[in-house]
Order: sequence, then structure tokens, then C-alpha cells
Amino acid sequence: MPRVIRRERLVPNIHLLEVEAPEISRKCLPGQFVIIMPDARGERVPLTIADWDRERGTVTAVFMAVGTTTRKLALLNGGDTVPIFAGPLGRPSEIGQVGTVLCAGGCFGIAAIHPLARAFKAAGNRVVILVDVKADYLLYWKDRLEAIADEFIVSSRDGLYGGTDFVPRHVRDILGREKIDRVVAVGCTYLMSSIAETTRPSGVKTLVSLNPIMVDGTGMCGACRVTVDGQTKFACVDGPDFDGHLVDWAEFYARRKSYFDDEIRSLCAWEEERFP
Amino acid sequence: MSGQDKISSSLAAQVLAEFEKDWRKELRRSLPVKDRMKIGRRPMPQREPAERNKDFSEVNLGLTAEEAVAEARRCLDCAKPGCIAGCPVRIDIPSFVKLVEKGEFAAAAAKVREANSLPAVCGRVCPQESQCEERCNLRKASGVAIGIGNLERFVSDDERRTGGGIVPELPPPTGHKVAVVGAGPSGLTVAGELARAGHSVTIFEALHDAGGVLVYGIPEFRLPKSILVAEVSYLERLGVEFRMNFIVGKTATVDDLRAEGYEVFFIGSGAGLPNFMKVPGENLVGVYSANEYLTRVNLMRAYDFPRYDTPVFPGRRAAVIGGGNVAMDSVRTAKRLGAERALIIYRRSRVEMPARVEEVRHAEEEGIEFHFLTVPTRYIADGHGRVKAMECLRMELGEPDASGRRRPVPVPGSEFAAEVDLVVVAIGQSPNPLIPQTTPGLKVGKWGTIDVDWETMATSLPGVYAGGDIARGGATVILAMGDARTAAAAMDRRLKQGAAG
Repeated sequence: MPRVIRRERLVPNIHLLEVEAPEISRKCLPGQFVIIMPDARGERVPLTIADWDRERGTVTAVFMAVGTTTRKLALLNGGDTVPIFAGPLGRPSEIGQVGTVLCAGGCFGIAAIHPLARAFKAAGNRVVILVDVKADYLLYWKDRLEAIADEFIVSSRDGLYGGTDFVPRHVRDILGREKIDRVVAVGCTYLMSSIAETTRPSGVKTLVSLNPIMVDGTGMCGACRVTVDGQTKFACVDGPDFDGHLVDWAEFYARRKSYFDDEIRSLCAWEEERFP
Repeated sequence: MSGQDKISSSLAAQVLAEFEKDWRKELRRSLPVKDRMKIGRRPMPQREPAERNKDFSEVNLGLTAEEAVAEARRCLDCAKPGCIAGCPVRIDIPSFVKLVEKGEFAAAAAKVREANSLPAVCGRVCPQESQCEERCNLRKASGVAIGIGNLERFVSDDERRTGGGIVPELPPPTGHKVAVVGAGPSGLTVAGELARAGHSVTIFEALHDAGGVLVYGIPEFRLPKSILVAEVSYLERLGVEFRMNFIVGKTATVDDLRAEGYEVFFIGSGAGLPNFMKVPGENLVGVYSANEYLTRVNLMRAYDFPRYDTPVFPGRRAAVIGGGNVAMDSVRTAKRLGAERALIIYRRSRVEMPARVEEVRHAEEEGIEFHFLTVPTRYIADGHGRVKAMECLRMELGEPDASGRRRPVPVPGSEFAAEVDLVVVAIGQSPNPLIPQTTPGLKVGKWGTIDVDWETMATSLPGVYAGGDIARGGATVILAMGDARTAAAAMDRRLKQGAAG
């Protein structure tokens, strides 16, 4: 079984998990994800790949501890094993020389945009990185992202990073100030949909990395179907990147919340068993 | 698809040699044919519908040893048996049935294993009534075939109860490396055959449990997981290596594996891409593909939620769209998860339903409602994006279509709405495109199936073979296993020729 190299709390509730997975580390590309299951009774969930080390044969993902699965993952330590760590899944993101790219991320997406920003930079683009945090103490990987970015902007709601507004206003400011050729957004549904709405009038191509509920992650079940430009797509094999202006966000929100009550029930049952 | 009707001359010679053995002659003499024909078929004991439709334990209980021997006595041990040609993997059926009659159950199980790597599975899920039992000479004479499937299940269950199958003496290792993609019925069969021939076999499986559709699709009440665990452990004892959570095409491609020293490949990646009807509202919350619904319940054990973490909607009024075995499995699952009403919505009439007669009967006994000549045209949401009703249209049967079945045509003005809170779309699957997309040079047909030479199951790429649903587009477990045996024989020949040259 795949072995955990380290699990580290980056900021409150957000954790990094580095797993020994030599084959995946050799193959993975920016924008792809892995399916992980924390234990034998667990659920299979997708996590975006945040980094990899081909020499050491490891793959890193960053996640927020919310439900049963991620709470279980947050309790793992170096040397533990997980029954499933499968991938790399999904189509890699389209990386090319397009000019200026705005990479926006929030929550786990701050880590998930890291390989994208790195690849866009390596492809010869000017890279602006915008990260969204609720408060200054929730910012992580600042050094890593600053090292890549031509410009690094933090949107925090406690004012410590200048401005107390949400991400859309920052995006509007950036678009008003310079020509942006591509926007990529990774994070919660709100972050991605609000950025897509902000860039819609200007028509700047905006790619979002959708993270619907998945089961197998290989196209077999269709749990992850999303409507894009009126067509049903499977995020696991047709995505996870889609044109944010063409995604049916209302449907996506509803499907993401399909099991809201069950998720709470599951978490309560697990807490009772784990912390009696 | 050749060779379905005749058995090879070498197999015919083997069957004849067994037929002429002294013990067989004695056994035939011990009870005259007319007395054998007086014995009635032993029915499969099953649990009461009202009890079984509330849990996931197996419906069929299996014959006892006495019942099995009595059933085996019915077999006339014909000089020209029809049954073997009806079996896609060509089990020497009279030989194993007569060993049952003699009480030599372990030998009977070993006889089945010569041709079938998954006897406990096939004894449960094969459509025997349209294969071996359909060709049974006794059925032709008296109308009631020997219960071949029930006997196959009996000998394999007996084998498992008494310590698991005997691993035959293996030939010295040939040193050849074989890669099998997918641990479903065809992949497991190829692995068993080639391991027995002395090759080093590795199965690469995308999911975390082996079995393919047998583990994610077919429910516990029809095929308990413990059966599969035993079959997989038998393969491990034959020396087969399993690489789980390995997605060929993603984790490594066929070309990568070739570079690692694998010489021949079998692709049995199945029909893992669910079809939808493309009607409005199909992406509402509460509308599932059968693949997702069954995977949640079977592979992820959502029936034991929240002890297991994967949830599934229980559904108060469940509608399953389709008339095949997958539809029956889905609707009976919905009933077991507590649906007050569980409906089959099928666009043709009862006689056109592709599901096995036994499955339909079991479903009816369990209180499933059948609505024929009906298609959903639209799903309607509540205020939260969740399905609350479906709009349907009545159909009538018109002229026969390409499948020979009468084509359903809509009755104008027959729209009606029905309240539903769970919908499972079970209208079939397409081949999973992962391998074709990532294997340059692999020829694919118009429905996404991999093109094969049906004599050998060879694909357009040298050393690469394919079978089961990825080649057929959607068939049965046993047809996949038949493909696998054909492929394994060709792969073995190729490896041995390569070694010689």
C-alpha cells in the first residue's frame, strides 16, 4: 500500500500530504489529480496534485479538513499507509505561451495553482498570482508562489494584505490595469464561479478546475457529470479543466451538495467511534 | 464471432475418451435411461421474498449434496452431448456431472476448473437457460434440462467449503512476462490460463478490489464478495501478481509496460462508460447511472453507511430505466435500501426484456413493479436541484429493428408524470476509452470497441490481445471468459513460438 512520507498542517485546517508514488510522480502533469481513500471503510475522493518529486518518487496534495475523509487524512503521519492513491487522472491543463496569465487560487487551490503557475512561467508567460484567504494567518506557500510570480497579490478579508474585498474586485482591478490573456482559477466553487462571472464581460478565456464528487475517477460511473455549453461532460476524463464561462454553475453547486446531510451524519458517526 | 456452435476436434476426442472410461460405462448401466428421466429437476432453494428484499444476503441458497447427486442422476450421459457446445468456455459438462453422481465432488470441481477459472461465479450469474441447458438433450426430450448451473455452483461451493481448489502442478516457469489489464471476468480468466502454462502474469487493476463488474456491478445478494475473494486467492496461489489502483493508460501506458519487459498484453478493461438518454434533467441530484449506483452500494458498501463512509440516496420512490440484468440488480438494490415503491421503466414489452428470466422472477417476487412500453422524457426538480418527478411517454411496438425486436414508437399525447425521488439509468454502457486513447496504433471500431480477430482475439498491435466488453461493447460474464480462453491460447502460442525463434 502507498506509504505516507509526511503529513503537515500548513495553516489551521489545511494540510499537506506527501505520498510515495513513483509511477504517478513520473507521469503527472499540472492540472491532474489523484484518487485517495484514507482507510478500508473510507470514501474515494479526488485531490488535485500540488507538487511532485520524480527523483524521490513522491506526489504531494494539499487539502482542507472538512468531512470524514479529509479529517481522516489529517490524522495521517509519515510511515502510515493508505489503501488507495491512484492516478494521475484527468487531462493535464493546457499550458502554452499565451502572454500574461492570471493564476487565482483559494483554500486548497493556493497549492493547486502552484504547478500551473510554474508551468506557465516556464512556458514564457508573465504570471500574476492572486490568492484568496479569509485572514492573513491562512496564507501558506507565500515564498514558493512569490518565487514564481512576476506579481503576487493576496486578497485577505482582514485587511492585513491591503484591501478587505473579495477576489472578484481584485480580478476587476487587474483586468482594468493590464491586458490579461488567460485566467486559471482553482479553489472552492464560489471562488471559481465568481471569477468566471467577473471575466465574462471582457471575454478573457477563463479555465476552472472543477472538483465535483467522484467515485472511480476513470469515467466509469458518471458521478462527476457537469453541464458545459449545454453538453454533459465527465469531469474526471473530459476535465477537470473547463471554460468557466460555459459551466452550468447552478447545477454544479447542487451536485456538489448532493450528500450534505449524509456528510454530517458520516462525520458524527466517525467522531463518536474515533473520539468516544 | 466464430466457433460458437462447434467444439474442436481435439476437445471432442478428449470428451469421447472420458465417455468411454469404465467407470462412466458402469455408472450408465447402474440406472436405466427411463428411470433417470422419471427424476424431477431439483429446484434451487431460495430465501423467502419478504425476508430477502430487506437485506443483502444471497437469495439462492445452493443445492445440498443429496440434491446435487439426485440432480446429476437425471443426466443421461449422452453419447452426443449438446451442452458442451453451448458453453462459451467449453466445460466437459457430462464428465463433471457424472463425477457429482459418483459423489466425487472435488474431482468434479477440478474438472470444471480445467475450462473455467471462475466456476463459483459462473454457477451463479451465467444465463445457462440460453446456453448449456438450452442445448441439453434431456430438455429436448422432456422439456426440463439438467440443472447444470446449479451443479456447477454446488461443486465450486463444496470445493471452497472444503479448503479451496487444488492447485495443479505447474510447469517450470517459462520466464515470459504477461500483462493483463483489468481484473474482471476476462482478465482473471486469461491470468489463470497463462499462469497454469508457466508464464509470469501480472494483472493491473484500476480499482482497489479485483473482480471488475463482478465486484462493482453485481450485488452481494446475487454474488457474495467472499466468492470472489476465494477465486482471487486461488489465482494468487497459481502465482498471479495483482497490481491494484493501477490505471493502465494513466499510471503507465501499454508502451511503458512493454519497455518494462512485458511481452504480451491482454486488454479486458470492460464497458466502463455509462450511457445516458440525454433527456432534460438527467443531471439532477438523485439521478444516477447504474454504474455509479451499484458501485456505491457494492464496491463502496454504501448499504452499510455510515459504518462505511460512502453514501447513497435510499429513495422512497425509485425508478430504474432499462430492462436488462443491470436494471434488475439496480431495482432490487433500491428495494433493499428501503424504497416503498421500486419501478422498472422499460420502453419495450416484457418479452423483449434482455434480463434473465430468473432475475425478472426474483424481482417480481420481491415486489418490484414493472412498467412496460414507457420511456422517461424529462426529469423535474424540486427547489434544490433534486429530482422530484419524471415525465413519461407511452410506447407501442412497431416494425422490427436491426436487433430483430419490434421497435417501440411513441403514442402521441400519452404523456404522464410520476413522482420519483431516485432514478437509476440502466440503459447500457460503452467501452471505456482510456486504453484506446493512450495506445497509439490500436484500432478501434465505430462504437469505441477494440477491433479483434475473433479467431485469436489479437488486436491491430502485435502481442496485444483484447476481449470481453472492450471488444464486444456489452455482453455477459461468460462470453468475456470465452474470449479470454481464446486469447490465452493464442498468447501462449505466441510466447512459445517467440521462445523457439
